[in-house]
Amino acid sequence: MRVLVSLIAVLALAFIAYLGVGIGHADTLFGVVIPYLALAIFLFGIIYRVVTWARVPVPFRIPTTCGQQKCLEWIKPSRFENPYNNFGVIIRVAMEVLFFRSLFRNVKSEIKQGKVVYGHTKWLWLAGLAFHYSFLVIIIRHLRFFVEPVPIFVKWAESLDGFFQVGIPILMLTDVVILAALTYLFLRRVLIPQLRYISLPADYFPLFLIGAIATTGILLRYFFKTDLIGIKELALGLVSLKPVVPKGIHWLFFMHFFLVCCLFTYFPFSKLLHMAGIFMSPTRNLANNNRAVRHINPWNPKVEVHTYQEYEDEFREKMVAAGIPVEKQPEPQGQGTKE
Amino acid sequence: MYDSGKVITGLLAFAVLVTLPFWYTAAGGKGGFRPEPKLAPGLEGKKCVESKAFMRASHMDLLNLWRDEVVRQDLRVHFSPDGRAFEKSLTNTCLKCHSNTGEFCDRCHNYVGVQPYCWDCHMEKKLKGAE
Amino acid sequence: MGEPKFDEMDNYKKEDLLKVDYKPPGKSWFETKIDFNQRKGSWIYPAKPKNLEYIGFPNPREWFPTDEDWKLPKNWKEIILEGMADRLKRFRTFQVFMDICVRCGACADKCHFFIGGGDPKNMPVLRAELLRSIYRREFTKAGRILGSIAGGRELTIDVIKEWFFYFYQCTECRRCSVFCPYGIDTAEITMMARELMHLLGLNVNWIMEPVANCYRTGNHLGIQPHGLKDTLEFFADDIEDVTGIKVDIPMNKKGAEILFVTPSGDFLADPGIFTCMGYMLLFHELGLDYTWSTYASEGGNFGLFTSNEAMKRLNAKIYAEAKRLGVKWILGGECGHMWRVMHQYMDTMNGPADFLETPVSPITGTRFENAKSTKMTHIIEFTSDLIKHGKLKLDPSRNDDLVVTFHDSCNPARGLGLFEEPRYILKAVCNNFVEMPEDTTREKTFCCGGGAGLGTDENMEIRLRGGMPRGHAVKYVQDKYGANMLAAICAIDRATLVTVCDYWAPGVGVTGIHELVANALICKGEKKRTMNMRGEPLPGVNPEEEGDEDV
Repeated sequence: MRVLVSLIAVLALAFIAYLGVGIGHADTLFGVVIPYLALAIFLFGIIYRVVTWARVPVPFRIPTTCGQQKCLEWIKPSRFENPYNNFGVIIRVAMEVLFFRSLFRNVKSEIKQGKVVYGHTKWLWLAGLAFHYSFLVIIIRHLRFFVEPVPIFVKWAESLDGFFQVGIPILMLTDVVILAALTYLFLRRVLIPQLRYISLPADYFPLFLIGAIATTGILLRYFFKTDLIGIKELALGLVSLKPVVPKGIHWLFFMHFFLVCCLFTYFPFSKLLHMAGIFMSPTRNLANNNRAVRHINPWNPKVEVHTYQEYEDEFREKMVAAGIPVEKQPEPQGQGTKE
Repeated sequence: MYDSGKVITGLLAFAVLVTLPFWYTAAGGKGGFRPEPKLAPGLEGKKCVESKAFMRASHMDLLNLWRDEVVRQDLRVHFSPDGRAFEKSLTNTCLKCHSNTGEFCDRCHNYVGVQPYCWDCHMEKKLKGAE
Repeated sequence: MGEPKFDEMDNYKKEDLLKVDYKPPGKSWFETKIDFNQRKGSWIYPAKPKNLEYIGFPNPREWFPTDEDWKLPKNWKEIILEGMADRLKRFRTFQVFMDICVRCGACADKCHFFIGGGDPKNMPVLRAELLRSIYRREFTKAGRILGSIAGGRELTIDVIKEWFFYFYQCTECRRCSVFCPYGIDTAEITMMARELMHLLGLNVNWIMEPVANCYRTGNHLGIQPHGLKDTLEFFADDIEDVTGIKVDIPMNKKGAEILFVTPSGDFLADPGIFTCMGYMLLFHELGLDYTWSTYASEGGNFGLFTSNEAMKRLNAKIYAEAKRLGVKWILGGECGHMWRVMHQYMDTMNGPADFLETPVSPITGTRFENAKSTKMTHIIEFTSDLIKHGKLKLDPSRNDDLVVTFHDSCNPARGLGLFEEPRYILKAVCNNFVEMPEDTTREKTFCCGGGAGLGTDENMEIRLRGGMPRGHAVKYVQDKYGANMLAAICAIDRATLVTVCDYWAPGVGVTGIHELVANALICKGEKKRTMNMRGEPLPGVNPEEEGDEDV
């Protein structure tokens, strides 16, 4: 049900693009207006969300430590798993962002023959990494449409991606990898019972959407072969703020482009924000120097405490009887001298 | 604590990264540019081995097919839709007419960042008139 | 006949507990409902009104989870939503963790309660979703408009009941947070949920009674000052029986160099008391100028399991007492959550401790720069430094009857990274030290199943299930290496792991590290040792012979 809702939503979006351009010929709407809107929503939406987070203070410094602390000089601290300074934190966060460090740690636990057993499981890590890096390379490759002249690193990305020179146009490895990774990520959600149980439409929708983007992109590259010169002219027009919509671009391109716009628009309102959130997670981005540097809580509340005086007032006689020193001697029986 | 300095730096970096093509174009990229491949002199009115529309979209497929057929099956003759016969050869057929590769092939290839490996072997012709 | 005794270990058969079905029910988790009658042994009794009244918490009343009506305030929904809004503005963790989870499921089989119980809502991701679904519905536009399609869920009494059930089935051990690609920390989520429930008067007595006790008497157990003195004197007598040495007991001593604070669990029961005796013997041997405090007689802080304000209220005593007594720095005993508070919260909440000095070991001269702001050092750091400098004469063979393994307690492991120091001490004071499997130690360590205020008997089933991963790891080293003693630097562990070991690895005892230190410690002027701190004969000593010698 949750799967179906998401699938239908993505198909509906694709259909809208077909209706709009394939039948309605609203090229300017889908080629210019919506892309600008989507970019603005993406950019300002993410900034807005991150600013919303940033306006909430981090009241306590609560890093999750995953390695030896720094204390005694003869014990080697784990500088990046349990960072004690900013440099260590930067490396730790970079490891999370670039290599998915925590996911790499994944250990599967289950009961087998009456015993709890553990096994390393790297599939999620591998698929996650493959998916994200493919996506990154694909984005870099697409820069060839958005800048003129095409910078050398974009060409490098393309050469590397087509390293095996299979077919014409040369097959891009990332095209294959991203589809494979998406398939894995989707299948584990529907086939593993626990994951199916926790998955929401918001989990399937981005998978389908990105899958649809990749599929239309692959169709365009290998099968439909629309006018690339025109597409680049359109893209350059957008980035130079002088939009033009060349004639003769296939509707499938507009479908591809529209789905990308949908992804951009959806981004700030969804779990995809983890892209920004990973930098903002207090269990990862703080140094474990708690006892060396005082962390300030801006709203540190004033609280009622039970003072020593109140405590001694209640227990003074018992303390004196037990020979425990007190601040104030008990009143002697009757009226005695002070002090 | 807020770490606003770090957050603002991060957001700025993000904004710049996302809008990079805009800055690149504004700072000297060619914004509204569209390349016009130039035919070598004397080619006006001549017909290619296939239709213009087909060649534009699928010349790479044709060349790929030619190569395979020549090398693997020794089929060396291509018949155009109107029955003309051509040798399946980049150097001897295509480049004979389109001798100005720099002005004809490269303009579009460079524009969309395509790096065909034709020139890895067909080097001489590349040198001639390459941009 | 009679009702099954769900609060007793023997009520549960291992074969039954081991039949864990990880397959979630067919119905969506939005719709499942808790039957508290059916699930006896998995929840804890509510707080008694007097305990809430003493510390001024809202809605003190008699109620019971099996009641249909939980006697919540009429405007309970409003209270919760306002409470959420308020906390979303105060805790970045809460706000960010509500927004960024991708439900990748990496955390699912990391929770000891899920591994041992299979209840899908014990998967950290779903535990958090219990709150997140309300957040989406009430605090995001998509949730308000699209409802359940956007993962939103209406806030009903049943949701609140579910919170009470599952947020008191989380021990805030943070194991899931180690594996989460974004570091989402379920402990933070649980803390928020518990804070929210306190607003309605939904709390458990096992936590609130210690909180009220601690507020009044200075410690969770409610030991009054003279009682504490009696207890320590009793320990001193036992120490004298074992070593022939009469240790002194400085109490509330002004001008002492060091204030010593330890969890009150160490005053109460076997085996914690032996660890406490270990501290006393060690300090005496070192000639340390220290003092106990009756006012700050609790290192632990059940406020951590209550709300940040409650934690601050209880914790305030530590610095206040250090200031009143005029000590230079604070030394803390072996405790888990206490050290989470001391390390990650105390300075922020009740600092700055500018009236104290950076801790310097008077014996070795080591300056604990890592504690230069908080001015509090962990006794494990302190003792390992002593041993490294050769300041202790040790005879590890006195622990030769033991094959010791070490349980990394959650908070020192994932809150501090205190991994090597305890192992260094253990290897110095015993000859037989073995490690449990890699996936169950250090940052991947498993909770005892009774942390964060769950260490009572009413929830015995869930405790035994939660203790299963740890219990099995202990059993593994018991079978493989003959391990018979589990060392832990946490007072809750020293109470709860006894049950876990008795159930899952019978024959393995539980100890604190300083009990083993005291066993091995060769003291000036001690008599020939024939007994360990527990009064049991030392290895190689025949108790009969010993009797003859005395005659």
